[in-house]
Amino acid sequence: MPIPRKDHHSWRKFKSAFISGLTFCSAVLVIAPLALVFLHVLKSGVGAINLEFFTHLPKPVGMAGGGMANAIVGTLELLALASVIGIPVGVLGGVFLAEYGTARVNAVLRFIADVLNGVPSIIWGVVVYGLIVLRFKSFSAYAGGLALALIMIPLILRTTEEVILLVPVGYREAALALGIARWKTIIQIVVKTASRGIITGILLALARVGGETAPLLFTAFGNRFWNHDLSEPIAALPLQIFTYAISPYDDWHRQAWAGALILVTGVFCVNVLVRIVTRVRTASA
Amino acid sequence: MSAITVEEAEAIRPAQARMSPPSRFGDKAFYWLTLSMAFVVVLLVILIGWELGQGSWQAVQKFGFRFLTASTWDPVAEEFGALPFIYGTAISSLVALLIAVPLSIATAVYLTELAPLWIRQPIVSLIEMLAAIPSVILGLWGIFVMIPWLRDHPFPFLERVLGWTPFFKGPIYGPCMLAGGIIVAIMILPIITSVSREILRSVPDLQREAAYALGATRWEVTRIAVLSYARKGLFGAVILGLGRALGETMAVTMVIGNTPQIAASLFKPGYTLASVIANEFTEATSDMYLQALFEIGLVLFGVTILVNLLAQLLLKTITGGAAPDRVQ
Amino acid sequence: MPQPEVVEPRDPGAAILLNTEGEPLPLAMEAKNVSMWYGPKRAIDNLSMDMPAKAVTAIIGPSGCGKSTFIRALNRMHELVPHARIEGSVFLHGQNLYASGVDPATVRRRVGMVFQKSNPFPTMSIGENVIVGLRLNGVSDRKFLNERLEQSLRMSALWDEVKDDLHKSGTSLSGGQQQRLCIARALAVEPEVLLMDEPCSALDPIATAKIEELIQGLKTRYTIIIVTHNMQQAGRVSDFTAFFYMGRLIEIGATTKIFTNPNEKQTEDYITGRFG
Repeated sequence: MPIPRKDHHSWRKFKSAFISGLTFCSAVLVIAPLALVFLHVLKSGVGAINLEFFTHLPKPVGMAGGGMANAIVGTLELLALASVIGIPVGVLGGVFLAEYGTARVNAVLRFIADVLNGVPSIIWGVVVYGLIVLRFKSFSAYAGGLALALIMIPLILRTTEEVILLVPVGYREAALALGIARWKTIIQIVVKTASRGIITGILLALARVGGETAPLLFTAFGNRFWNHDLSEPIAALPLQIFTYAISPYDDWHRQAWAGALILVTGVFCVNVLVRIVTRVRTASA
Repeated sequence: MSAITVEEAEAIRPAQARMSPPSRFGDKAFYWLTLSMAFVVVLLVILIGWELGQGSWQAVQKFGFRFLTASTWDPVAEEFGALPFIYGTAISSLVALLIAVPLSIATAVYLTELAPLWIRQPIVSLIEMLAAIPSVILGLWGIFVMIPWLRDHPFPFLERVLGWTPFFKGPIYGPCMLAGGIIVAIMILPIITSVSREILRSVPDLQREAAYALGATRWEVTRIAVLSYARKGLFGAVILGLGRALGETMAVTMVIGNTPQIAASLFKPGYTLASVIANEFTEATSDMYLQALFEIGLVLFGVTILVNLLAQLLLKTITGGAAPDRVQ
Repeated sequence: MPQPEVVEPRDPGAAILLNTEGEPLPLAMEAKNVSMWYGPKRAIDNLSMDMPAKAVTAIIGPSGCGKSTFIRALNRMHELVPHARIEGSVFLHGQNLYASGVDPATVRRRVGMVFQKSNPFPTMSIGENVIVGLRLNGVSDRKFLNERLEQSLRMSALWDEVKDDLHKSGTSLSGGQQQRLCIARALAVEPEVLLMDEPCSALDPIATAKIEELIQGLKTRYTIIIVTHNMQQAGRVSDFTAFFYMGRLIEIGATTKIFTNPNEKQTEDYITGRFG
């Protein structure tokens, strides 16, 4: 066998293996920040987590102690407000795209939704500021909730549409062949079949907006105390983390890490839950 | 035995009598309900344009194009030039792309072409987790972990080696344009990776098989059959990442230094369009100040819309069209 | 008298179906001059056909001849396909189903359908699947629903097999059982006619035999139109057979005649396997 050809072949194989190794290193580098951030949040946050953190309000500037109870509750309240608008609009809109619209109308709507999904979240904050905060001359939980809802709508719309399109056409046919009205078929048969996928889409959207800070900066604004009136400013966990992080106080930095731990745990739990649910579904299909 | 026999049931058709008469109302109502919900997205686009336009109208009238070219941002003197922020957004995004794009595409190639099958899903899941980290938490880590480390290790090295270039001239403060670029890179890695993966996966196997049949190695198959075919789509993924980078707010604000200046050195602090809005919106004391910030928002909105539009167009022609070698 | 050079084409759909005494049979459905399109492509070409009541009529023909398309004209399912069009009339006991003002949903309650691939609704139990047509059409009387549940499952020969498992998911049954479940579901709303679109093509021979036996039992009460690509099945199960080819009805007649002594050469060619 001529020696140069064999050498060249080995070189090509070596090059291929080398590139494989190189791209593997890239993958490691891509994941590395995840590990670094999460581990550090864990390390720094766990020390500051105690019962007081969950139950107390923030102490005045400079005093040690206190907690983020109002921020945690505030985030939950904002998510609830956002859901009231975001979920119905997103789901029903997704139903329209999947079941009714013509090809051309759908292409336009999908395009617009995808473009909306790319709008920086701070812009939504500016928009709601002009729409609500300026008009009512006050920061409020309503404004914060609306800003989050507007972010959720195109997200949930697309995930709902995708999931409903996966429902096999045979189920719709069988239901219609029984004389069942179209709208009942869609709700009771199609949406019900797709319900797990729709719910996971909603959960992912909630996890996504739950971690948003920028749109809340001048809508919900934050609050050092409990919010008793939704038309007043309200604290939120990401907002509180931001405020504490850029402050000059060590104790607040400590609490920022604790808040970050809670936030990241919440977000991760939802993502893991969603992953488990979808894998169970595909396994049993 | 059943309650009544088949013969007895034959005589009458009670079920038909018990069914409610069908009405067209339900179908129509539901149709219009879902249609109006779907068209909310159209309303939203108009709403954004309207609010931003209305909120910045006076500033637009007063400054005109100067707004985009002037580099003085002086709220006290009511001099508002957005150039430092445009510069900051552009440079931080560019740095982010330079770092993230090679890593992301290489990772996407690894995951679709080169990695053993068992390792693929775990890595994909981990990357999706990375994407889920809220920006503010990454910023928190950026301030207290990343910047101190950068300041003590790679930055001095870079200054020593590349300090002769205008980009790496000291002094090194900590928060700076380069830190901003790095942290944005971390934030856009997941999206570029996942979209690139989809692009690469959509390359028909026929292409790969043909290359394998000619005796190519794994890498050669990737280079010849896959990457060149997917070039347009990968470019679309990069543009999508750029769109994401342009709008990144919290993490950047926390590490970039927030100083409105235009400087060549990456070690100098910078300021982005999103950051100035985040920092100064609630501090805006005068009407014109607020209007100028609204106008910054308008600029940011316009730029991200254009970039995302471009990305959608590039990606649509890849994922929407049929592969040329598939029999129709 | 010398035979004419050109034989005038006979409209085979105009064939009047006679019973053994030579009297015209009562008809459940009649199709008159039905043409059907998918977009620009014509699938059924000016087809007229009679379907006798309380009998099994099989429609046979090679792939693409339009048999599945045609039966979707009988329960107004064709119009659900985007860009689909239909002309002509279909009569059920003398009523034109395509008259203006007729609600398709009412038509579909009276003309039921069973599909090629069984499709019990996955989010519902066996019991819920059977009565879903009644429930979602406004029937709420629990007692009546339970009675109807049992009757329908008995009629589709499934009651004894599932009576203790009514709460289990519809998809937990075997393929043949699922199809019988779909038959029960279709029968529960008491249609007058049952359309079956290749109901056994995805089933094994044992399950197929069970369903064929079921069909024989059902025809005393229902009119059944069954589309099948399996000629032997048509021979076993039907009283009348219609042969379609390229969107046209070539011949219809008593099954025994069609299979032993058909009038048209095309029919004979298909029966004997010269094409298809």
